[in-house]
Amino acid sequence: MTTNTTHRDSGTPLIPLPTSLARHTVTAGAAIALIGTFMAWTWTSDFPGDLTVDGYPGGLQLLTLTAAALTLLFALSAYGVQGLRWLTPAGTNAPLRLLALATFGTTGYTLGAISDELGGIVNLEPGAYVSGIGALIALIAAFALPGDTPGTDTTGDNPWRRIRHTLAAPSARPAQPIPDWAGILVIVAAFAIGLYVFAYGIDTAYTELFIGFLITAGFTFAALTQAGLLTRLSALTAQHRTVTLSAAFVAAICFPFTQSSDEYALIGANILIFATVALGLNVVVGLAGLLDLGYVAFLGVGAYAAALVSGASTSSLGVHFPFWAAILVGAGASLVFGVLIGAPTLRLRGDYLAIVTLGFGEIFRITMNNLNGNSGPNVTNGSRGIPAIPDITIFGWDLGISHDIAGFTLGKPGNYYLLMLVITLVVVTVFRRSADSRIGRAWVAIREDETAATAMGINGFRVKLIAFALGATLAGLAGTVQGHLTSTVTPEQYQFAGSVPPNSAFLLAAVILGGMGTMSGPLIGAALLYLIPAKLQFMQDYQLLLFGVALIVLMRLRPEGIIADRRKKLEFHETGQLDTPETSLTDTPVGVTKAGA
Amino acid sequence: MTSMTTTPNTVLHASGVTMRFGGLTAVRNVDLTVNSGEIIGLIGPNGAGKTTFFNCLTGLYVPTEGKVTYKGTVLPPKPHLVTQAGVARTFQNIRLFPNMTVLENVLVGRHTRTKEGLWSALLRLPGFKKAENASRERAMELLEFTGLADKADHLSRNLPYGEQRKLEIARALASEPGLLLLDEPTAGMNPQETRAAEELIFAIRDQGIAVLVIEHDMRFIMNLCDRVSVLVQGEKLVEGTPDIVQADERVIAAYLGTPFEGAPGDEELAEVEAAETAQSTTSTEGDTQ
Ligand SMILES: Nc1ncnc2c1ncn2[C@@H]1O[C@H](COP(=O)(O)OP(=O)(O)OP(=O)(O)O)[C@@H](O)[C@H]1O
Ligand SMILES: [Mg+2]
Repeated sequence: MTTNTTHRDSGTPLIPLPTSLARHTVTAGAAIALIGTFMAWTWTSDFPGDLTVDGYPGGLQLLTLTAAALTLLFALSAYGVQGLRWLTPAGTNAPLRLLALATFGTTGYTLGAISDELGGIVNLEPGAYVSGIGALIALIAAFALPGDTPGTDTTGDNPWRRIRHTLAAPSARPAQPIPDWAGILVIVAAFAIGLYVFAYGIDTAYTELFIGFLITAGFTFAALTQAGLLTRLSALTAQHRTVTLSAAFVAAICFPFTQSSDEYALIGANILIFATVALGLNVVVGLAGLLDLGYVAFLGVGAYAAALVSGASTSSLGVHFPFWAAILVGAGASLVFGVLIGAPTLRLRGDYLAIVTLGFGEIFRITMNNLNGNSGPNVTNGSRGIPAIPDITIFGWDLGISHDIAGFTLGKPGNYYLLMLVITLVVVTVFRRSADSRIGRAWVAIREDETAATAMGINGFRVKLIAFALGATLAGLAGTVQGHLTSTVTPEQYQFAGSVPPNSAFLLAAVILGGMGTMSGPLIGAALLYLIPAKLQFMQDYQLLLFGVALIVLMRLRPEGIIADRRKKLEFHETGQLDTPETSLTDTPVGVTKAGA
Repeated sequence: MTSMTTTPNTVLHASGVTMRFGGLTAVRNVDLTVNSGEIIGLIGPNGAGKTTFFNCLTGLYVPTEGKVTYKGTVLPPKPHLVTQAGVARTFQNIRLFPNMTVLENVLVGRHTRTKEGLWSALLRLPGFKKAENASRERAMELLEFTGLADKADHLSRNLPYGEQRKLEIARALASEPGLLLLDEPTAGMNPQETRAAEELIFAIRDQGIAVLVIEHDMRFIMNLCDRVSVLVQGEKLVEGTPDIVQADERVIAAYLGTPFEGAPGDEELAEVEAAETAQSTTSTEGDTQ
């Protein structure tokens, strides 16, 4: 009875149930779901991953197991178990709900997939029912827990908004200072986990596993955010910047060594190219606020320039530059084009630039098509492109053949991955250093209010041209490696929108999805945008449609992108929510209602 | 051409400034001189062309006719060059960089007084750290000066209104101007804040920066200014010491819209003034409680 009044005061739960009972039920449900993963879910190994074994979980069961275990852990933390309180510095019930969703989503999806592929629910074994029912119980009970953010006035009767409200959590309570070594340890552990999860995602061998992975990872990420753990982590990383960057770099270096097959290393290399170009675009769009819709053309300029001097037999120049010179040529060519396109257009404000860059992107592609000997001089072989670009040799080290390093075999994609990683590091450094300087502040000022910025003495045109040219150069730099990795450059690789990233639309989406103006945002956004289409081959035909839908949903739910800009975080930080008492509200509101009654 | 005297003391000299928008002449043949160490007021009814005149001075508008000199050199009609030359301004509708922190806003103001380009930032050349630190130090001094130091890390858009106005002043001061143009610096402020703003402007003047200020608050203008210039429908009506301007019938007519004679108005004015004083004292008391 009293608990019911509590509910009304701290965010009405969607399902009426006493809080303590709900909490017990979540715990029990998660435990049941966990136990179920140790039993067979189906009778035949026709369903990928072999879920027929009693005794140990496999394939998709492992994902349910992970989600259920995390749910249990956070449920225990919600009880206030000593030593687990650190898991939930911000919300307690919202992350629990999200983890219950993760468990239920993964399990439900698996059961659905089994029934669908094998033809009916008769194919489910008892273990599937145990896990499914456990996950369902946990989910229902989780939504009976009170909300973390007090007050119902904003929620109203709109059920969608009520659900959103129950999944929101207040800001994290102030952190206890921890010693440096512990902080560094946490960062290293976080990156090790990150690498593992990322490699797991790339290595998922079949579509069902990848979808299950997306469901589990997505909800878990949301849960960790609401629990305040990610805020904690980003505070730590801000404190130990160098350690963080080194940890990220080391984790990235380790990736190709964890890959046994060239196929996945190639995915890794392509993700790096995509991510690096997206980060370059972030200088232009995220920092300076210049909407560039033809950015991929600069990647193309770099790739074509490098291909022409690569010594490929089809190159019209027929010269073979060493790699360092090819890189300079590629980046230099992009720089020149950046200035040529930017100089006349950057004097304009607003949308004109978007239209002109969109036009430039198309002009580049069409020109490359037309320089084929028929409709123009033969420079690029037209639509056939420049094939058979020889592999890069650095200090006598041929990137095209396999090498054995410390017992690991590194194939061609692995080699290019490592080379690309160096380029990524360069771009990351350029981004960080330029953003945190006089010129970077001028870019942001122009983005925020161009009139005020010029009135503060900033030469808008000059500063914008620098951003534009720098962005172009970075794309050209990545292009030189990309041309060699694909060993062929054709005009169709560089278009506004297409099914294969990187193209201009996807690059822009990676920046916006990941978080404009941030460093890690575009990297993560690009990784997701590359991985999802690459893994879900079956939806190739609907890719652009789904992509559009996903973007709209994301902008609705999290307009600041996956990684919020430091500035946006600050805004959140300053709303005063920091001072609200943590969710031990259970007692006070009851008193209030009693007094009121 | 100009009959006005330009002494070595002259900081700003505008002569014959005219601004037409199509058929509308927003500013008509206005002359104005600001000497060093002066605080000059620019008043006039709504739509008189005061802000437009400011925009002509700072290069946001290219005046149709006329020229503006700063310390003897003609100002080019480019905002960033005007700031570079030493004229800084604030805006009537606050125009901060809302998603930058308070400190970053002031640092942007330092743009013209620092030199580090892209290369210096990318390669972190030896001078970079030093220049950056010096800029930060200077910016923090300015925040101390305007009383915003404890809010350095806040987003500027989260500041209360009065502090946003102060921040705009701090940002303008960061460009080390010889002349500061303030467009309605106390709009929306309560009496205490207005008084604090007065103190601030005196302190700025004492640093050797001349000030040209637009304001509708007459008491504020009359307290503050050495000379007041009245703009009506784009034309300069009167210029002189506060006493002269206050007594000028044309000015009163321009504000009230009707010619009027002596006594009743004066009484009313006194009444209003008394009421205002009473109000401000009570509110001070209310605050101290
Ligand atoms: N860019 C413009 N284009 C057309 N007309 C303009 C423009 N800027 C200002 N005006 C006109 O010029 C006149 C003077 O405007 P201004 O803003 O300078 O007045 P003001 O004296 O600053 O008034 P207030 O006290 O209300 O701020 C107004 O009639 C206004 O509509
Ligand atoms: Mg005005």
